[in-house]
Amino acid sequence: MKLDSMYQEVILDHYKNPHGRGLRDGDAEVHHVNPTCGDEITLRVKYDGTTISDVSYEGQGCSISQASASVLNELLVGKELAEAQKIQETFLELMQSKGKIEPDDAMEDVLEDAVAFAGVSKYPARVKCALLSWMAWKDATAQALDGADAERKTA
Amino acid sequence: MTQLPGLLDTEAIRKDFPVLDRLVHDDRKLVYLDNAATSQKPRQVLDALSEYYERYNANVHRGVHVLAEEATALYEGARDKVAAFINAPSRDEVIFTKNASESLNLVANMLGWADEPYRVDHETEIVITEMEHHSNIVPWQLLAQRTGAKLKWFGLTDDGRLDLSRIDEIITEKTKIVSFVLVSNILGTVNPVEAIVRRAQEVGALVCVDASQAAPHMPLDVQALQADFVAFTGHKMCGPTGIGVLWGRQELLEDLPPFLGGGEMIETVSMHSSTYAPAPHKFEAGTPPIAQAVGLGAAIDYLGSIGMDRILAHEHALTEYAVKRLAEVPDLRIIGPTTAEDRGAAISFTLGDIHPHDVGQVLDEQGIAVRVGHHCARPVCLRYGIPATTRASFYLYSTPAEIDALVEGLEHVRNFFG
Repeated sequence: MKLDSMYQEVILDHYKNPHGRGLRDGDAEVHHVNPTCGDEITLRVKYDGTTISDVSYEGQGCSISQASASVLNELLVGKELAEAQKIQETFLELMQSKGKIEPDDAMEDVLEDAVAFAGVSKYPARVKCALLSWMAWKDATAQALDGADAERKTA
Repeated sequence: MTQLPGLLDTEAIRKDFPVLDRLVHDDRKLVYLDNAATSQKPRQVLDALSEYYERYNANVHRGVHVLAEEATALYEGARDKVAAFINAPSRDEVIFTKNASESLNLVANMLGWADEPYRVDHETEIVITEMEHHSNIVPWQLLAQRTGAKLKWFGLTDDGRLDLSRIDEIITEKTKIVSFVLVSNILGTVNPVEAIVRRAQEVGALVCVDASQAAPHMPLDVQALQADFVAFTGHKMCGPTGIGVLWGRQELLEDLPPFLGGGEMIETVSMHSSTYAPAPHKFEAGTPPIAQAVGLGAAIDYLGSIGMDRILAHEHALTEYAVKRLAEVPDLRIIGPTTAEDRGAAISFTLGDIHPHDVGQVLDEQGIAVRVGHHCARPVCLRYGIPATTRASFYLYSTPAEIDALVEGLEHVRNFFG
């Protein structure tokens, strides 16, 4: 059944048992919404230099958006910023592929569990759900690092 | 097959709607339950559209050639049909717009630019309700922000109806306009027009009714409503997209200023100033949606051939059946009135903790088209503490079997995410 390509077991697992959910201390906080469906996320990032020490989040939304946030937390926490950006860009590329990218081993190495979202990319209405937390993370990271820059300049 | 009293002969009606024969996801029969978003179009409307373009296409009110005159007659003929459909005292009270949103924005802008006694300014108040579609919220927020007027609204009761208990405090001597929905697109509630109009008239406020979810489904009589403006859209009532209607009382349309300027809406133009055509043309700047108006006229003919009272009875029977069947689904909570009384045929619900997006996706896989999300009525979701709903909405071609399919589909959703 086609549905199974979207609702992979790994996605449903993350949805039912989300990683790192709940808001904790952070350097920046953003609130992103998907106005077409009402999905919302509040996300905080915490950096230790250029290492991501935490991504915490709270939100409401469909299984795809919630599972995506959980996968993001699992993948990015503990990573160096440059590596995290590469993961984010790869995920974005996959989600914008309209189902045309069949992830290869190299992509799987980068994306790990996030590769399960490949099937979602075939459903244009759901791509935004999958990307919600990743766009929020990108935005929060920019704000956190801007803030850090500003602090250094004023120090 | 389930037989209910009041049902139309859907077998015959469905033959008029080509898209209802479509199979989706390879071999699934389409079960179209998204009629509150837009209705499907009967062959009669599709033919009117193509016939217009194939035989008559010309700009209206401009040429002396035969096509221009025929196109003008068709366009103005559609206005006559709309006027009769809503029992307007005069055809000149029917303004064509592109949709209900434009109609409501037009009213808000007329009042923002008007002279006394209609002018909305910082000393006056605007009243709406918490169950409005965004198209009947945002234009008033914009008007309030630009003029300094105060925006007030009626809240909702727990069972999805307007809370009118403080009506005298909400509609006051300062109120200039009360704008509210006749039938809610998310809750399905049919609102008590008379009580609101009576209070508005007491204080001399104008009344605008958003009839987008009423005009397709029940007889609409603007004189009986006693409102000053009534807005609705064509595509929800078997017509094409791109055509809406604003009905307004003639004396108001004479007094109120135009909003959009351009061709068609003028009498004379010099480089210094212009005078305006009489209503309705004063409010129809530029080339109007001609084919779409003709299509709407054909839709009105089609609905008339069946009868709005019979369509109302059909949908009422379906709604009664649907609320009964949906009550059998475990964890399903209807958002809005839980009986068919004073209720239209759009039914929103939540299903346990399963997000509507996921509900809609699994239903779609079975060929069942519903709407999910906040239905452009986010304040309603906030009021009931839910992120979104799933909405099934019926029309003249909907059948009890489709409601059965929905109930079965929801069972499948529960198993999938259970």
